Amino acid sequence: MQEPHTFEIKPRSAFAFNFKELAAHSELLYFFAWRDIKIKYKQTVLGFLWAVLQPLLLMLIFTVFIGRALQVSSEGMGYPVFVYSGLVLWLVFASGVTTAANSMVSNAAIIKKIYFPRLIIPIAAVLVALFDFVMAFAIFIVILFFYSTPINLVVLLYSWPLALLLTVVATAGPGCLLAALNIKYRDFRYVVHFLIQVLLFVTPVIYPLSSISQTWLQYLVALNPMYAAITFFRLPLADAPPDWILISISVGSGIVLFLIGLAYFRRTENYFADIA
Amino acid sequence: MLPALEVKGISKKFSIRHESPYLSLRDRVMDLFKPSHTSHEDFWALRNVSFEVQPGESIGIIGKNGAGKSTLLKILSKITPPTQGKIIGRGRIASLLEVGTGFHPELTGRENIFLNGSILGMKRQEIISKFDAIIDFAGTERFLDTPLKHYSSGMQLRLAFAVAAFLEPEILVIDEVLAVGDAEFQKKCIGKMEDVSRSGRTILFVSHNMAAVQSLCTTCLLLQRGELKSIGPSADVVAQYLTSMESQALNTSGFIQVHPPDSEKPIRTIEVLCDNNRSSVAYMGCQLEIRVSFKAVERLTTPVLGIIIKDNYGTPLIGINNRHYQGNFVTPPLKEGYISMKIPYLALFEGAYHVDVHLGDEFKDIEVLQDCFQFTVEPLAFSGSGELPPKSINRMFMKDITWMLNSSRHVE
Repeated sequence: MQEPHTFEIKPRSAFAFNFKELAAHSELLYFFAWRDIKIKYKQTVLGFLWAVLQPLLLMLIFTVFIGRALQVSSEGMGYPVFVYSGLVLWLVFASGVTTAANSMVSNAAIIKKIYFPRLIIPIAAVLVALFDFVMAFAIFIVILFFYSTPINLVVLLYSWPLALLLTVVATAGPGCLLAALNIKYRDFRYVVHFLIQVLLFVTPVIYPLSSISQTWLQYLVALNPMYAAITFFRLPLADAPPDWILISISVGSGIVLFLIGLAYFRRTENYFADIA
Repeated sequence: MLPALEVKGISKKFSIRHESPYLSLRDRVMDLFKPSHTSHEDFWALRNVSFEVQPGESIGIIGKNGAGKSTLLKILSKITPPTQGKIIGRGRIASLLEVGTGFHPELTGRENIFLNGSILGMKRQEIISKFDAIIDFAGTERFLDTPLKHYSSGMQLRLAFAVAAFLEPEILVIDEVLAVGDAEFQKKCIGKMEDVSRSGRTILFVSHNMAAVQSLCTTCLLLQRGELKSIGPSADVVAQYLTSMESQALNTSGFIQVHPPDSEKPIRTIEVLCDNNRSSVAYMGCQLEIRVSFKAVERLTTPVLGIIIKDNYGTPLIGINNRHYQGNFVTPPLKEGYISMKIPYLALFEGAYHVDVHLGDEFKDIEVLQDCFQFTVEPLAFSGSGELPPKSINRMFMKDITWMLNSSRHVE
């Protein structure tokens, strides 16, 4: 017989974070992510191939229309490699934020009937996006070989994990924030989609930041938390060191957004079941 | 021994907005300029409720709709936090406010067992060890790898119940989930739950079905308008509840004003007519008419009236709507009117009956009034013999049954 487990239910403070409880529910997090991955690709003929086709097709389109037509520079690597390396992380962000933003609303039926730390739901959405990344990443390696791109393996060892970590932070922050906002104000459903599309063009995914000449505009664009992640991801392939000031701005913006997202989510979490 | 649950002065306040249920950003922005754009009203769903539950005790929670039963369950299940007060619990708690929470139609039976089990709080290892028992209980092993969407609704329910039945918490909170499903399987589930309570677990059970409450729970607590009205042995509390319902429905005029004329809710009045006279006292075999008048905010294209008649224990006897008899009413869209249901020959046995009224538009409920009125049926012989069968067994009666005795031996 195990030690009787005591619990207390009382009015919840808006800021207390129960990490222990979150850790105790890690299996549920896994099940939610697993469910969403299964459902995403069930009843699709191409299945997991979609995770790969999306960045590949986008790469083709951007290469033809932007790389060739506009002659955009690409930091020393071939433009297809440049744009794919950006897209592969960008799609994690885009699909992670979009699904996370809708996740609370689409799971409203469950939220109203049973308790678990609500944070699991948007985080599971981010995990699903990471799963797609693994597929697209495998193709990235193939592309690197295909274009025989030189890689700095030493830089890769720290910069790729760092890039992935930054992507998760950059995705989870706005994801949680929008998930909470969406359940309160359904307007955000429309905002998210638009926001992501606009952000793609103001993010140095399809062009390098160095192609922007005004410094103030560079600073502004660097506020996008994905800028740092994508730059680190490209670092082993790039021919020049990054602009550390811009990187710091981007990382800082990502961390601030992450904290705001988490805090706001936590603050409204108590009332999700009442208003969902 | 310390109590399994100590509920201390729990209160819950809701702020009701009189605008749309969802906030839109525009409302919020407008509020900045016009602070009185939407009105808030505080509503106390629960007020200072305190009680204790001993380990191994099963407690029934009863009360009319809106008495705060569901809110209490949601607080106990941690779905929503209380506004004031606290609860101290000792033991692992699990709640079943619904069966099959998180079931997904695209996933197979096997996958859904894992997902649902995990949502209910089981560990993966625990689900694996109980897996065979679960499918055995549900009796759906042949369809384990079929997507749930191909299951009949009955099969889905059995699977859902089976997963829930194998939860082994020390404290189990159950909502009226048993009100669904086929009778035989219900019995199996109640049996399983009785096993649970016998094995020393604590159960909190909410139901409208007084018979189920009495058979499952030794103690009952009665909620009334968010307050704890009484707590004690089930038989006493159930009796108190039933008498309170009766006195409230003492109105025998056969006319019920449901909402004031300026309300946005559609159902206005309900009339009960026995042999064309307004009265809620009927007799066996009379002509009973129920008239529901409505005035909706939006036009109803296909008005539907549904009536559920339940006995004094809350067990439904009949649940019908006009569609079951003559299909949809053919009418141009209309905002107000009344729908009448006329039963030419009332085959209910003597006793008191409670009625739920559903007003709908095509397949959508516009308003549901549970237990909104009561009527009594007086005894009257329905056959030439003048003798009535025992009241304790019968709820309904059948006229014109022929009995025959034949002296010759039965020949096949």
